[in-house]
Amino acid sequence: MDDRVSVMWVYLSASPLLHLTLTVCFFVCARWLYRKSGGRSWLNPVLLSVLCIVAVLILTETSYDVYFEGAQFVHFMLGPATVALAIPLYRQLSSLKRHPIALMVSLLAGSLTAALSAILIAKIGGVSNQILISIAPKSVTTPVAMGISEQLGGLPSLTAVVVILTGILGASLGPLLLDKLAVTNEMAKGLAMGTASHGIGTGRAIYMSDVAAAFSGLAMGLNGLVTAILLPIIWRWLTG
Amino acid sequence: MLESLALLLFCQLTGELIVLFLNIPVPGPVVGMIVLFCGLIIVGKIPEKLSDTASGLLEQLSLLFVPAGVGVMTHLTLLGKQWLPLTASLVISTLLTIAVTGLLMQYLTGKENQKEVNNG
Repeated sequence: MDDRVSVMWVYLSASPLLHLTLTVCFFVCARWLYRKSGGRSWLNPVLLSVLCIVAVLILTETSYDVYFEGAQFVHFMLGPATVALAIPLYRQLSSLKRHPIALMVSLLAGSLTAALSAILIAKIGGVSNQILISIAPKSVTTPVAMGISEQLGGLPSLTAVVVILTGILGASLGPLLLDKLAVTNEMAKGLAMGTASHGIGTGRAIYMSDVAAAFSGLAMGLNGLVTAILLPIIWRWLTG
Repeated sequence: MLESLALLLFCQLTGELIVLFLNIPVPGPVVGMIVLFCGLIIVGKIPEKLSDTASGLLEQLSLLFVPAGVGVMTHLTLLGKQWLPLTASLVISTLLTIAVTGLLMQYLTGKENQKEVNNG
């Protein structure tokens, strides 16, 4: 009997199927919990399933490389999904036609603030360059941020976690801050949420108004593009 | 569905090749996204099949971050050492970004639009 169990374990731990199943199942459970709670941003399904899977891997003494052999099938779809972001961006194009200059100026300012202030504060705290470039694209939507981080020699996995935390921070504190600063313009509110905290912020902006949601979605797409193009130039300039 | 997936993969591949050819540090899929975006502008509408496939894929987008996110387990020691500057950086930078973007956009678009939007 014990023999059979160990044979099964040997099969499972060597097969990519186990960790693929683990990834999808944990995510489905986490998402169920998130929806059941009425969408509380700190119960973010990605964060929750990442924490659970890390706990399981540490308990079973499984290395990340072994886990990734199974999980890579899910990971691979990030590329086509990033390309597919062109479609919601195209849909928001009509919002761009209102106040295009104000929008681009505010977006550029926000985009630069997000990357530069993150780099500066962490640099003062004595953080290494590899970590700096991993957190610099923290306000950009996850697939794009990971791509930027990888391209510039950062750690994409750290970027993924930092991006999600930034989204949760912005979604939970953003509305309070905008209120305190007397920002009542719905376009401005949406743009701020989307620029600072990408899709998770946009998810929150949906509860503000339709205008805020549209501008937030647009800001998320544009900020991804702007950061992907500008950050490599800024980073090269900063690191000499 | 398959046609749309083929189109998305083709755009991604085109993006990766452009990045290699021009030797620019922009992620290939982002360039692929620009390629598709330009295509949509030229065509002037989103083909229905593509719209369905993209919605289906983007609905599951969160799941796709999980494998990479789990990779954080390889940086636990580092995070243990530098959690303070990293947390400070995230919190301050995120709030600053929201303040700068929101205030600037409100300042630039003025009050008349604010009224119009609030009514709408």
